[in-house]
Amino acid sequence: MTVAWVDTVLQGLLLGGLYALFATGLSLIFGVMRIVNLAHGDLSILAAFLAVVVVETLGLNPFLALVLVAPLMAALGYALQTLVLNRLLGQGILPPILVTFGFSIIIQNALLETFSADSRRLNPGGIETASLALGSGLAIGWFPFITLAVAVLILVSLQLLISRMSVGRAFRATSDDQETAELMGIDNRRLYGLAMALSLGIVAVAGVFLGIRTTFTFSSGPDRLLFAFEAVIIGGLGSLWGTLVGGAVLGVAQTVGAKMSPGWGILTGHLVFLAVLLLRPQGLFAKARRSA
Amino acid sequence: MTLLSVRGLSAFYGSFQALFDISLEAEEGETVAVIGANGAGKTTMLRTIAGVLPVPASAVRFEGAPVGGRPAHELVDRGIVLVPEGRRIFPSLTVEENLRVGAYRARPGRWTLARVYALFPRLAERSRQPGTNLSGGEQQMLAIGRGLMANPRLLLVDEISLGLAPLVVQELYRVLRTIAGEGTTTLVVDQNVSQILPLAQRVYCLRKGAVSLEGRPAELTRARIAAAYFGV
Amino acid sequence: MEPARFRIERTTGASRGGLACAGLALIVLASLPAWGGPSSMRILVEFIALLVLAQMWNLLAGYAGLVSIGQQAYVGLGGYALIVLADDLGVNPFLAVPLAGVITAVFALPTAALVFRFHGGYFAVGTWAIAEVYRLLIANTPVLGRGSGRTLKAVFPLARETREVTTYVLALAIGVVALVAVYAFLRSRYGLGLMAIRDSEPASETLGVDVFRTKLVVYLGVAFGTGVTGALIYLNLLRISPDAAFSINWTAYTIFIVVIGGLGSLEGPLVGTALFFVVRELLSDYGAWYMILLGGLAVGVMLAYPRGLWGIVAERWDLHFFPIQRRVRLGEEEFAPRPPAR
Repeated sequence: MTVAWVDTVLQGLLLGGLYALFATGLSLIFGVMRIVNLAHGDLSILAAFLAVVVVETLGLNPFLALVLVAPLMAALGYALQTLVLNRLLGQGILPPILVTFGFSIIIQNALLETFSADSRRLNPGGIETASLALGSGLAIGWFPFITLAVAVLILVSLQLLISRMSVGRAFRATSDDQETAELMGIDNRRLYGLAMALSLGIVAVAGVFLGIRTTFTFSSGPDRLLFAFEAVIIGGLGSLWGTLVGGAVLGVAQTVGAKMSPGWGILTGHLVFLAVLLLRPQGLFAKARRSA
Repeated sequence: MTLLSVRGLSAFYGSFQALFDISLEAEEGETVAVIGANGAGKTTMLRTIAGVLPVPASAVRFEGAPVGGRPAHELVDRGIVLVPEGRRIFPSLTVEENLRVGAYRARPGRWTLARVYALFPRLAERSRQPGTNLSGGEQQMLAIGRGLMANPRLLLVDEISLGLAPLVVQELYRVLRTIAGEGTTTLVVDQNVSQILPLAQRVYCLRKGAVSLEGRPAELTRARIAAAYFGV
Repeated sequence: MEPARFRIERTTGASRGGLACAGLALIVLASLPAWGGPSSMRILVEFIALLVLAQMWNLLAGYAGLVSIGQQAYVGLGGYALIVLADDLGVNPFLAVPLAGVITAVFALPTAALVFRFHGGYFAVGTWAIAEVYRLLIANTPVLGRGSGRTLKAVFPLARETREVTTYVLALAIGVVALVAVYAFLRSRYGLGLMAIRDSEPASETLGVDVFRTKLVVYLGVAFGTGVTGALIYLNLLRISPDAAFSINWTAYTIFIVVIGGLGSLEGPLVGTALFFVVRELLSDYGAWYMILLGGLAVGVMLAYPRGLWGIVAERWDLHFFPIQRRVRLGEEEFAPRPPAR
């Protein structure tokens, strides 16, 4: 009996890896530009559908399709930021929210028109069902494990980028004080484009991995945004590792909830999120913001 | 040669006019002082030169080329570096990271991290601390060091002694003397007239957004300066 | 120096003319049951519902600066409150509509306690997360019909025509009351405080505006209005389900209407709602394309004309049918506040 619960928690932790992937892209953009990209989830689903197209036309394995899709999405991110979102800078919080919301609706309906309401899935040829036995009747799927590993890898790389590299310093400086960052020679507009490109690249990975793990439709996007958001809040704003923990907490809440009663999986996740919001609104690993 | 040439510069915040037809020059290697009371337009003028405020292209010439209205980050590439009023240290960065970000454009030149640390030993001691943990005077040193890391051709320093104790101010002016001694053209804004005048080869006094006095400090009397400063 | 003589003016020439036109329009609309058919009444009920939703969201986002993408929570709560009141508690279904608004406002209080911990973009997502919680809770509640929903049975005893006409008249009443209420609020002292908050929160706090309380009052008031509208919508549709009642589409329509029509003005939502219906009719054969077009229009408007279609008209011809500004007449000259430079 306990084995079943340990297994459930384990599945939840691994699911957390996927959620952390979604959350990282969202968190990055908010950290650098203070924008919440409401189309975040829909862009990941767009990536999944793009992968479907690549797989169907070129006959590639979804992982290989990702090699094409991720840079494509990154380029889309750069274009989106520099051509559209940069024009809204300095106009307050309303325009970016409304514009990204508009994109969300446009993308969903465009996907509906292009791909119909059928649900799709990406097939990597077997690895999604392979599992590793851990003994005492426990087993973890290879694919969820790979997802978690990739999430950690991306998080580590991002952390290194932000803390060690010139670009990462520029991100932090711009986030602190946009005007003074310009005085350092930092071109904010291009930097934001870069941040968005990075975010969408990561979101593409998240979308393709989601598409391998489960079926998806044109309307799967909004839930991804919600879960990403919840993972960020639970973990705490401003902390990349908190995002991983937040994803894990959310994942476990959902799997445990689903085990207790099938319709209650996602709802339990929401309730845990609300509980964190009530009891510890700054999240589990909040980084205190130092002001100048 | 004339490094910086400002002609007929007028600047606006929305419909409010802050600068009226300002003209100013800085020869290469000179230290130019800009003095004036609060609200005279000194900071506004520096910000237009540095590319923060939009102005017509011909209003500001650098090395002979019109640079008015070019964005700030582009001007850093050309060597125009502003040390902003209020220091504006990045709180999320350590002392060393603040310095490194100053070198974002990687302009070639003599200023390296080692040389900046040599100029400001106290910064070296605190290199791993968050930039805003420093005292006011240390933050000003950090801000100047950060500006130097960009290897400027023209260094603009805004309100260098604002809110700082006299001893600290003396130290900062010692540093300015060293920097000027290396041949860097500097434009310094300060309300501390007595400290800045000995250092400068040329002084401009601003009042209500216009130039009320210009000349060589040696040729100007206290009375004339006071008159231009206060308008009495 | 002699103090200048000045007058504060609140009406404009256009507003006096506009008032006359509005009165005329109301008379025409009120007489509709006599000469229009049931389908035109149904469309008008839908129009009024969307218009009120738009006015509510406009008040919340355009004036109070609270960008919520979770207002569908209150549409759904209002709809379900109607069903419970009318079918389970035996309240007269038409009376239940305003009561449903009250119940919705009661739910809005703890909701506000949670979402007010967020700001800006995260506030937006937070409101939506809560809407999802409500949806899932109701979808898991057997007595509320679970995922398949419920039908409003309390109106069955009524003759079809009676029900349709009463619903229509109720809708008209709600529309007029909502417009008048929003307008009156904005012209009041509280409305002035609200606009001050919109322009600068810290500044208005120093001037004595209770920012938190004002925002809360507006949030609750809007929840009430949205709940009443939700009840009206489902009184008209007769069938409710969680996915439909709590659909993000309510928010999508509302946002597009307000953005395209004009954020932060009272005339904007009117223009936007009219445009919405026209576009929907024109593109009804093309499936999801009308949403793509509306979305694209909204994004385009946001980029090029942030004050929306009505904003273009108002600025060009200084036209204000619902003036909420106060103009200072100094001697013979007139000083009208200019919108803040973007």
